[in-house]
Amino acid sequence: MQNRNLKRTARLNALKPRLEARHQCLKAIRAWFDQQGFLEVETPIRIPSPALEQYIDAEPSGQGFLRTSPEFHLKRMLAAGYDRLYQIGPCFRQGERGAIHHPEFSMLEWYRTGATYREILDDTTQLIRACARALHGSLRWETHRGMIDVGQDWQRLTVADAFQQYAGWDPVARWDAERFDVDLVEKVEPGLPHDRPVILMDYPLPAAAFSRRSRLNPGVAERWELYLAGMEIANAYSELTDPDEQAMRYEQDAADRRRRGKPVYPRDEAFLQALHEGLPECAGIALGVDRLVMALTGAETLDEVVAFREIIPD
Amino acid sequence: MYSASDLRKGLKIEWEGTPFEITEFQFVKPGKGQAMYKTRIRNLLTGTTQERTFREVEKIGKPDLIERDLQFSYAHGDDFVFSDPETYEEYTITAEQLGNNRWFIVEDMIVAVLFFNGKPIDITLPYFIEKEITETEPGVRGDTATNVTKPAFIDNGYEIAVPLFISQGDVVRIDTRTGKYADRVSTGRK
Repeated sequence: MQNRNLKRTARLNALKPRLEARHQCLKAIRAWFDQQGFLEVETPIRIPSPALEQYIDAEPSGQGFLRTSPEFHLKRMLAAGYDRLYQIGPCFRQGERGAIHHPEFSMLEWYRTGATYREILDDTTQLIRACARALHGSLRWETHRGMIDVGQDWQRLTVADAFQQYAGWDPVARWDAERFDVDLVEKVEPGLPHDRPVILMDYPLPAAAFSRRSRLNPGVAERWELYLAGMEIANAYSELTDPDEQAMRYEQDAADRRRRGKPVYPRDEAFLQALHEGLPECAGIALGVDRLVMALTGAETLDEVVAFREIIPD
Repeated sequence: MYSASDLRKGLKIEWEGTPFEITEFQFVKPGKGQAMYKTRIRNLLTGTTQERTFREVEKIGKPDLIERDLQFSYAHGDDFVFSDPETYEEYTITAEQLGNNRWFIVEDMIVAVLFFNGKPIDITLPYFIEKEITETEPGVRGDTATNVTKPAFIDNGYEIAVPLFISQGDVVRIDTRTGKYADRVSTGRK
């Protein structure tokens, strides 16, 4: 028992440099948003209707759930007239545990009205560079996968091109749900370069989640994901603002979850109502803070950047 | 049946009719995608390993595997015959199935034999076995260094690197996990 306690204390002590880096990173994030005129907000953690998505399971909490993302509340604020919002806080996803997954993690989300996923990419580029400068005084540093330089042009790859290059087929031309996820983790992600940030963009419509259809190429959705050192860090959308389309996607995902015996969460009526009243054109992003700190400090696992890891059986 | 979320390192599974052991295991979940389990699995029939990603919806079989203690009787060509010490029932395992273990079986030795669907497929040896060196250059007396080695052979023709002080007739201990010399048990002819 005493031995276990010694180990816990030793672990906390060993974590100190990374926790200090985490603190520096959060400071840089807040300073950057402050400078850009964003409002930092806090939305509820226990909620009645978590966003329904095919493969995201919410942790029940009393009669409600722990949030899987603050997305719907932030969008309700945009519909009410707020134009630049961000939030940093815990989110919860049931059953997700691995080297870069933890059922409780820290999420940074931000939204802009009158913007698309391209402006969010500009924000992200500046923000990641600001974090790198704050931590390393440089735009280059050593990750667990080698040197990365976030100052050079980021590599932008469409999902169609990436799959053709690394997996030999085009999921935009011909969708195959099963093959898409497996090939993404087995072939595409391992092939992405590690020496610079990579933006995987323009997802096939069936993988749109809450992003809108592209204005330029109606076969894809305006969604991108950022990879640093081979690790997925953030997911951005030109947001879906059409209430009918949103309601239709809810029904599709609900049917899919029912078929797989997964719980179906109640529709967020307040959110749909806000969409009906008018959500302006907007774009937003969810960025995993723990993973960003991992990439910035060369950590290989999420456990190396969080002070505590409580393990509660599902 | 197992579901993919039961998978973990060390678990033995049946997949496409073949028993495998999971030797590496990683939870992966791409953004908005399904949970998957990236594994490296070892084929228990051939010993070869491969990578395989299991999706959450996949049902994975529990292999019918049992272990029994059998006594090694004799080798006939590439067939290694083991017998049940109580019923004297005999079971044959081929040299190919045994892999490197074939060199380290000692007569009358009791080993744990793994059966899949009632057929013997593999054995577990003790970590160390003792074998006599039947052929090597004459030993260099007094040279006790163990980092300088010379080739040597045991009775079945297995080649092993031994320190210079080992002579023909010496009995040595071999680590069956690595197939390497561990230490000298006794000296043979003086």
